[in-house]
Amino acid sequence: MKIAVPIKFVPDLVEELNIDSSGAALDASWLRLIINEFDDHAIEQAILLKERSGGEVTVMAAEAEGVDDILFAAAAKGADRLIKLTGDLGSGLNGHASARMLASLLKEIQPDLILTGVQANNDLDGAVGPLLAGYLGMPYVGYVAGVTVAGEKVVAHKEYPGGIIAEMEVKLPCVLGIQAAEQPPRYVAYSKIRQIMNTAKIEERAIPNVDSSGAVTVSRMFKPEASQRATIFEGSSEEVAGQMVGIFKELGVL
Amino acid sequence: MSYETIKSIIVLLALLTTVGIFLRYAYRLLWVNLRRGQSSGPFERWGERVKGLIVYVGAQLRLFRFRLPGTAHFFIFWGFLLLSLTILQAITEGLLAFANPHYVLPIIGTFGPLALVQDFFALFVITGVSYGLYLRLIVNPDRYRGSHRGQGVKVLTFILTIMLSLLVMNGLRINLDQDRLHAWRPISTLMGRLFAGLTPGAQGIIEEVAYWIHLGVVLMFLTELPQGKHFHIVTSIPNILLRDLEPRGRLPVTKTSDGSVGVGKMEQFRWKQMLDFYTCSECGRCQEMCPTCRAGAPLSPKLLIMDLRRNLEERGAALSAKSSDGVLSKSLTGEVITEDALWSCTTCYTCDQECPLFIEHVNPIVEMRRYLVLEGRMDKMLQEALANLGRYGNSLGQSERMRAKWTQGLQPSVKDARREPVEYLWFVGDYASYSPTLTDVTRKTAEVFQRAGLNFGIMYDAERNAGNDVRRVGEEGLYEMLADKNMQALSKCKFETVITTDPHTYNTLKNEYSWNGNRPNIMHYTELLDQLIAKGQLKFSKRLDHRITYHDPCYLGRYNGVYDAPRRVLRATGCELTEMTRHGDRAFCCGAGGGRIWMEEKPGRERLSEMRIRDAAALKGVESLVVACPKDVTMFKDAVKTTDNESRLQVKDFIELVHEAM
Amino acid sequence: MSQDVFVVIEHLRGQVADISYVMLAAARQLAQGIGGNVTAVLLGRSAQGLAKDLASDRVLYADHSALAEFTSDAYQITLAKLIGDESPRAVLFGHTTIGADIAGGLSARLSLPLISSCRTLSGDGKFVCQICGGKIMAEGDLPDATTLITMVPGGYKAEQGQSTQPPAITTIETKSFDDPCITLKQYIEPEAGDVDIAKEPLLISVGRGIQNKDNIEIANELAAAMGGQVCASRPVVDQGWLPTTRLVGKSGKRVKPKVYLALGISGAPEHVEGMGESDTIIAVNTDPNAPIFNVAKYGTTVDLLDLVPQLTEKIKQVKGG
Repeated sequence: MKIAVPIKFVPDLVEELNIDSSGAALDASWLRLIINEFDDHAIEQAILLKERSGGEVTVMAAEAEGVDDILFAAAAKGADRLIKLTGDLGSGLNGHASARMLASLLKEIQPDLILTGVQANNDLDGAVGPLLAGYLGMPYVGYVAGVTVAGEKVVAHKEYPGGIIAEMEVKLPCVLGIQAAEQPPRYVAYSKIRQIMNTAKIEERAIPNVDSSGAVTVSRMFKPEASQRATIFEGSSEEVAGQMVGIFKELGVL
Repeated sequence: MSYETIKSIIVLLALLTTVGIFLRYAYRLLWVNLRRGQSSGPFERWGERVKGLIVYVGAQLRLFRFRLPGTAHFFIFWGFLLLSLTILQAITEGLLAFANPHYVLPIIGTFGPLALVQDFFALFVITGVSYGLYLRLIVNPDRYRGSHRGQGVKVLTFILTIMLSLLVMNGLRINLDQDRLHAWRPISTLMGRLFAGLTPGAQGIIEEVAYWIHLGVVLMFLTELPQGKHFHIVTSIPNILLRDLEPRGRLPVTKTSDGSVGVGKMEQFRWKQMLDFYTCSECGRCQEMCPTCRAGAPLSPKLLIMDLRRNLEERGAALSAKSSDGVLSKSLTGEVITEDALWSCTTCYTCDQECPLFIEHVNPIVEMRRYLVLEGRMDKMLQEALANLGRYGNSLGQSERMRAKWTQGLQPSVKDARREPVEYLWFVGDYASYSPTLTDVTRKTAEVFQRAGLNFGIMYDAERNAGNDVRRVGEEGLYEMLADKNMQALSKCKFETVITTDPHTYNTLKNEYSWNGNRPNIMHYTELLDQLIAKGQLKFSKRLDHRITYHDPCYLGRYNGVYDAPRRVLRATGCELTEMTRHGDRAFCCGAGGGRIWMEEKPGRERLSEMRIRDAAALKGVESLVVACPKDVTMFKDAVKTTDNESRLQVKDFIELVHEAM
Repeated sequence: MSQDVFVVIEHLRGQVADISYVMLAAARQLAQGIGGNVTAVLLGRSAQGLAKDLASDRVLYADHSALAEFTSDAYQITLAKLIGDESPRAVLFGHTTIGADIAGGLSARLSLPLISSCRTLSGDGKFVCQICGGKIMAEGDLPDATTLITMVPGGYKAEQGQSTQPPAITTIETKSFDDPCITLKQYIEPEAGDVDIAKEPLLISVGRGIQNKDNIEIANELAAAMGGQVCASRPVVDQGWLPTTRLVGKSGKRVKPKVYLALGISGAPEHVEGMGESDTIIAVNTDPNAPIFNVAKYGTTVDLLDLVPQLTEKIKQVKGG
């Protein structure tokens, strides 16, 4: 079974985010980019499927700082092919542009199953998964937290609110938006990554002209002003505990 | 054929058989099995090595840390050496019986003072051995749990028998007027009195029986020797001779040809480590002193070594016999040694320090952890901590840019060592920089340095976790990456001395970083303060009257020998210092080391920090526990709460007292 | 292109989801400004009854067995035809396990622009989206084409999209669905928990800040002392420290207790979705910039590991005397 995993890099929310001078985009100098957490789960799910029933896993990503390390880490986990898309990305790829670019690459690779993160924290014009499925004409199921292969189909566990799971049977080839892999992404030791750098190769593909249509133009980015800001209790933990007990009494729960 | 001729023949045959059995074991266990291990060495500094033999084997120095058992063993050991000459005598006289039934070895057999010493030592050995039997049979302390008690009792009984039969033999010979040195053997003479009432003929027969018992048990002992813990009698000398002379705080790293580290299979150990496994005498000092073992975790350093020895022997036999039974498929990490045991270690070094035979326990644990890390077999908390260390350079998952946030508002601002030369480069460390519990302490430290007039600076965002515990957790590749980044940043700064408040940081910077061959002076801040006080650069304006006790951090005390400097500083502040029973090099670990602070706590065992708080709380009149490690602050403040000691005991960082006294 | 604003109604097993009402409120704001109507799009099987309280001008209803429960291909096929025929100004979807599955595919297939994570729409055709875990807002103008929009809750209250007057229902034709690519086999319920946190008036919720499984004990003790129940955000449940039945958030339960005490929870949108409508939220988080303080009424940056045991102590004193 051929599994393809497109991944992307997103801003690390641990850092403080700032708006740049244009007022309509994030300040790139303050940005640290990390792999989209859900894409990390997609890689893990793909490796799990390969370990269970064999196959080939291809991981692909657009060029960004730190991408090489992540691709090599994926190889250390068991990925077979690594593809990096290079070229003039301008101010970055939006979802539609990424999806079109991936679609042309995937038409060539012809995978049976495409796993990608269900969303990313910087999605403005939709997540890549559903768009990709649309361009490829494949069925899509998102918010998947468990995948089993059953011949020419897969069974996906789709998460609904309240802890309810819907078992969806999907014909291959298809695209699945991964919410969580069946186990948390495994750890890869640094020495293993360094070792794999000697044997694994990252194939570079130049991106043809980027078609960004279908996205939105942002006229302004800003940090939300809280319509209400919490009343902060000050003091030592003992003092704060006292104040809280007072509030509980007021609210009638004590 | 006369009795004497038969005697000679029997002795010869018995001797050859015994020596044959002994050599066969020794060959198989040592030569064959050890050859399968990885290379060891190079072995240099022979003067120091031989001196070690004199001190640790000759004077039995480490054994005396357990006073009575140590004394008993001292006499058993020296008795063994001295009385081995009597065994030589017994064998020779047996072999030569056909020619001269009363053969006496030249010099050894005719030197009076030697005979006197031997006679007394026979008594000492009997006393020592009796004490040993008493310990094993009646007291049965916890350190013997898991040891081969039967074997121990058997061998002690052998030695007792050998000594008693020797004295009987000697005593009867004295009675029968066959001993020229009888005046030099008072103990034997006394023994002989017991038989004085018998006829000479009877005494002669008993004497001969005593001889056969003596020789027979000696030969039995010889065959018994290589089969278990008593092999240490043979291997202890090479083991101590070939011990690692590197500083305690430097963990060796063996890399295979393809650059990988870690031991997943017995044959990946170095042969010197395998020799360690054979040298374990199962005394259990490590087990008794191991804090984690005391707390109820499934880790005993002794049992670890014993399990490794058993696996080494089983595999050795299976590989040699080319058999395919389950032994070879048993996984080293997981089945032979459980993952839980491997992760339980805090690397506090107590086991390695107590071991009289210089067996390394921490080292094989870390080697096996390296393998677990390669396989990704660790709990989720540790995984997250390592991922954070890799991405952000600190285990708390906070941005590098926030590392120096604690300096905000300090006047004058703390110098940036990347931009200007300083005399002291202060390597702050993760917890001191990021943990909200410690911000106050770190700021006070800066104030103290400033008031002492030190020209110091920090590296701000360029600093990364120094990596001490990353290495102890087994993530060698990540350690190298962090050390590289730190070295890059350090090489751009100009400074004379590196100071730090964190003993873990101190340890790895001092003992493991390469510094490109040019290591600067590295000090823990307690050493620095001690120096400043001695030079008169730091003066206290008031005398504090706190009643305190001091906890020696593992990586400052046991690993690096810094015990006195902190105490001098504390006394200089005027505080009244009372020691906990377990202090100095016997201080009880707080439980954070070896990466344990990054791991999930397992149920069913005590917290080391709580046990230590109870140590402090047991001291009448002591109000504060003073610590010199940021992790100790966190661990103990928490433990004070969970043991309900908040009204009884306060946890103070070292710097708080210094700050107060200035 | 008409100036009508379509809203794709989400329902699960006979219940209309709150997000549908939120979308109707947003649609009303936009429609009023551009002079169009609000049209609810309801797909289902014998599901006309679900339309009774929708605050829309009309309902377009498609009835087919294949649409009884949501599957993304059947919904996409139906909506593609509808959007192609009607050409509305905008189509609103929930940014949910239903809406987000179909909006992207439709955008790609019909070559229509797509805006995701939208919070508010205004009458002058402006949208405001929230990204980066709720830390950044992005504003812009709707493009000049039928725009597909996925909406997150928070910008409007559900009541604003509800009406006492049932709207008129028009049935629309559906294509047949031979050989679907996606089949719903079954719904799997979570294991019955001892407690239904949605029914509790007092919830003590633990997040990543609790640090490890052992520390949850202090939350348990506080809950016991106060007569409340413990629940959690996703990181805690993912680690297995509490069962899924205690999960509050987008994929967990939606709760509206009298008091919600959030311990060590950052306040990411996915969690706030599940508890944002609580009467009083009290947040404990050492990070003063945590988004939770934007929805909480009271808060503190004191360490929860210090605070909670003290709180428990004080409460025991008050109660026990």
